[in-house]
Amino acid sequence: MAAPNRGRRPAGAQGKPGRALALILIVMVALTGGMFWAGQLTPRLGIDLAGGTTITLEAKSQPGKENAVNETNMKTAVGIIERRVNGLGVSEAEVQTQGDRNIIVNIPRGTDSETARKQVGTTAQLYFRPVLTVTGSGADTPETSPSPSASPGDKAEDGKDKAEDGEKAGEEKAGDKAGDTASSPSATPTATATTQGRAVTDALKKDETPSPDASASGDAKSSESPKPSEPASPKPSEKPTSDADAIAKLQDRFAKLDCTDEKVRSTLGDGVKPADYALACGEQDGVWLKYILGPAEVEGKDVDDAQGVFDQTRGIWLVQMEFTDNGSKKFQTITGRLSQQPSPQNQFAIVLDGQVASAPQVNTTLSASAEITGSFDQDSAKELGNILSYGALPLSFEEQSVTTVTAALGGDQLRAGLIAGAIGLALVVIYLLVYYRGLSLIAILSLMASAVLTYTIMSLLGPGIGFALNLPAVCGAIVAIGITADSFIVYFERIRDEIREGRTLRPAVERAWPRARRTILVSDFVSFLAAAVLFIVTVGKVQGFAFTLGLTTLLDVVVVFLFTKPIMTILARKKFFANGHPWSGLDPKRLGVKPPLRRSRRTAPATVDPKEA
Amino acid sequence: MSRLGTLGARLYNGEVGYDFVAKRKLWYGISILITITAIVGLAVRGLNMGIEFEGGAVFTTPKTTASVSHAQEAATEASGHEAIVQKLGNGSLRIQVAELDTQQADRVKQDLADDLDVPAEKINAELVGPSWGAQIANKAWTGLAVFMILVVLYLAIAFEWRMALAALIALIHDLTITVGVYSLVGFEVTPGTVIGLLTILGYSLYDTVVVFDGLKEGARGITKQTRWTYSEIANRSLNATLVRSINTTVVALLPVAGLLFIGGGVLGAGMLNDISLSLFVGLAAGAYSSIFIATPLVADFKERDPQMKALKKRVLAKRAKGEAADASDGDGVQAPADAVPAGAVVGQRKVSRSARKRS
Repeated sequence: MAAPNRGRRPAGAQGKPGRALALILIVMVALTGGMFWAGQLTPRLGIDLAGGTTITLEAKSQPGKENAVNETNMKTAVGIIERRVNGLGVSEAEVQTQGDRNIIVNIPRGTDSETARKQVGTTAQLYFRPVLTVTGSGADTPETSPSPSASPGDKAEDGKDKAEDGEKAGEEKAGDKAGDTASSPSATPTATATTQGRAVTDALKKDETPSPDASASGDAKSSESPKPSEPASPKPSEKPTSDADAIAKLQDRFAKLDCTDEKVRSTLGDGVKPADYALACGEQDGVWLKYILGPAEVEGKDVDDAQGVFDQTRGIWLVQMEFTDNGSKKFQTITGRLSQQPSPQNQFAIVLDGQVASAPQVNTTLSASAEITGSFDQDSAKELGNILSYGALPLSFEEQSVTTVTAALGGDQLRAGLIAGAIGLALVVIYLLVYYRGLSLIAILSLMASAVLTYTIMSLLGPGIGFALNLPAVCGAIVAIGITADSFIVYFERIRDEIREGRTLRPAVERAWPRARRTILVSDFVSFLAAAVLFIVTVGKVQGFAFTLGLTTLLDVVVVFLFTKPIMTILARKKFFANGHPWSGLDPKRLGVKPPLRRSRRTAPATVDPKEA
Repeated sequence: MSRLGTLGARLYNGEVGYDFVAKRKLWYGISILITITAIVGLAVRGLNMGIEFEGGAVFTTPKTTASVSHAQEAATEASGHEAIVQKLGNGSLRIQVAELDTQQADRVKQDLADDLDVPAEKINAELVGPSWGAQIANKAWTGLAVFMILVVLYLAIAFEWRMALAALIALIHDLTITVGVYSLVGFEVTPGTVIGLLTILGYSLYDTVVVFDGLKEGARGITKQTRWTYSEIANRSLNATLVRSINTTVVALLPVAGLLFIGGGVLGAGMLNDISLSLFVGLAAGAYSSIFIATPLVADFKERDPQMKALKKRVLAKRAKGEAADASDGDGVQAPADAVPAGAVVGQRKVSRSARKRS
């Protein structure tokens, strides 16, 4: 701290205390005005204070795709989860990334958090895979039945069996369709399909039938459709054998697979790569079907958009899909091949997270856009649309923590936080009053200014950046009372030191400022550094705390510079302070100024020093 | 208070003082002892990690008449794991079940609700997967490391490397003590504790920085005089900033005490309590370390500096000469005036002032 510096700066500051004060007052008024204008009179409360559910998800990188957890993918995932959750009718659900691999989902109270949680949790990878075999799982076991399978010889026997079983299952469930679809083209017609290309599920047929159980997925058909029937097939002879091999290989597991067991289902998809043959389960009308599926041919990201819509002319709900350019080509290939298959083998399964969401049948070659018809109702159509358009999460996620806070507890915590804050503030004010007397007026005013700024900014940050005041943030604000008051103490002690040096108040105030300023800046910087590092590096509740701490530290600097110092300068002109009234906190006597003694002391070293030097 | 006020004045004037620096060996000894205790405690007893770190579930019921043992049975039965049940101040129950995954937890919550006859939607639940805690802990360690590196760099620039080093040691000292207290007392470690612990970083340094700032100023132009050694000046600055240091600590502790009182006394357990408890312990340790550890350490480091060594030599030589002169002609004007009450502190204030004037 060079001497010239000391001389220069205060002069400027002393000259215009009013300006700084005016500036900060304008800022305060503007912020308060903004608060009213935005209609946001209180800070938005976090889940732990308002009640609700918070879900923390962590992205898991897939083997072989370690780079997948990156910012872009996380952003996509957030978008997807957000739309899915809000698509459920959960209003004001919040989805944000935290750290580099976490996503926080905040669901306000009053919404069905269970369902939302399920939606959030199940959002995962989406693939279109050809169906090789399907059968009911559980009560009716497949093996025994003979198969009428439509497919030619290359089909594995198992395949045939399955196909048949599948049909049987289908029949059991939905009545007659299985048979119909398998053998008859009648399935397609209903679809009005051919004209513009669509994937028609047999469910459509159900729709026509009065049957109450409606399902989007092809129930019964099975069996893969390799080359035989399909001359156009781009893939030559090798495929059938591999399908057959794969089916043979999976047969044992398939036979044992019990889709009714939730545990089995949840682990089924683990470790399965898109290029693998896969076992999968799918629910339909409350009955579980099990599938053997071919390698994935279209991915979720190939779907550009999908939605469940109501078709006015036909009076039914259906799902429309749009593919990306790349996806169109792939989809064309797969549908081109599948549509040539005899109908039990012409299904593709829409596999979400290892589970078959729907397995529509294909009757014609399709490309850029398609629609899936069936006995959808509004909910099921929208849900499938959602799954198709948003289910294409680039990452898979694991639930890390789920916190449900009731409104009652939230209220309690908020109250406790406020009471704690009030107590803390009161204690600080009392301490300041007793110790600094009149000077504490300045400290209290400054604390108030700081509080106003903090409160208004927090309120405005709610709509601004989605800031929500949670319990750790309240703690941060309370702890910040201390940090803010510390700055005043540093300054006051400096002023007192100067007075002890024998200065009168006005020069003391100005001389003390540069040094106090330095200390305040250095220590606030350290505080801010801690807050910033915490905010950037950490996850979870720590972040809310760090944010408030950082914010209040910054505001502390603003208040000390633009409020405390100017007020001090102005009050230093008042007699009460300038004359060192005993209650001003600046009483020279109390501060231990002993002019005569001081003078003698001062001279002593001065005379000594030269001698020494 | 007013007595404290005059004490401040007397401290500032160097009329009274306590020789913190000269007795540094004692403080170091005490701190090393505490640190060793903390480390041993940590090694032997470990930390009582909360559900958030181990994975599991915490359910908080609304106010209920159900007894603790009843709830414990119900929870243990529902989950198949040992449950820990506490009755909170407001009559609600806090039920902790370890090793419960998030799927099972829903079922347990439902069972509990049935058993205890409270609506399921009135039960607060916190379910934590087993790897979540590890992630929080990892991030905290990373944060700690990053912060320490940055702050040492910053302090080395703003002050000098010796002070940065001393501040770092004091910081580690505070953290060790806090962790040690947790291990010895057996307080539960939760994310709230970690928040508190990480906040200590900023706070402990805040205090140290205030003291160092005074020290830096006091030591300005030190080489141009021969009356005092660095250690003496350091002690003098320490005493001069003592009131400031105590005040900032008290003011920082007061709100935390408010939090602790409300968090612990009224709410029973939870985030408020966890944060404020670790903050309280850490702040107290921080106040101690910035006075008793950080500044003496700086003095120690500084005394190794050739310049300061030379200064010390000159000072001692001069004092010897002065004493000789005193002895010969009885001219003790300087010495007695300075050597007021508390021994070694003496009137270093003059030095700092004269030093300041020269700068």
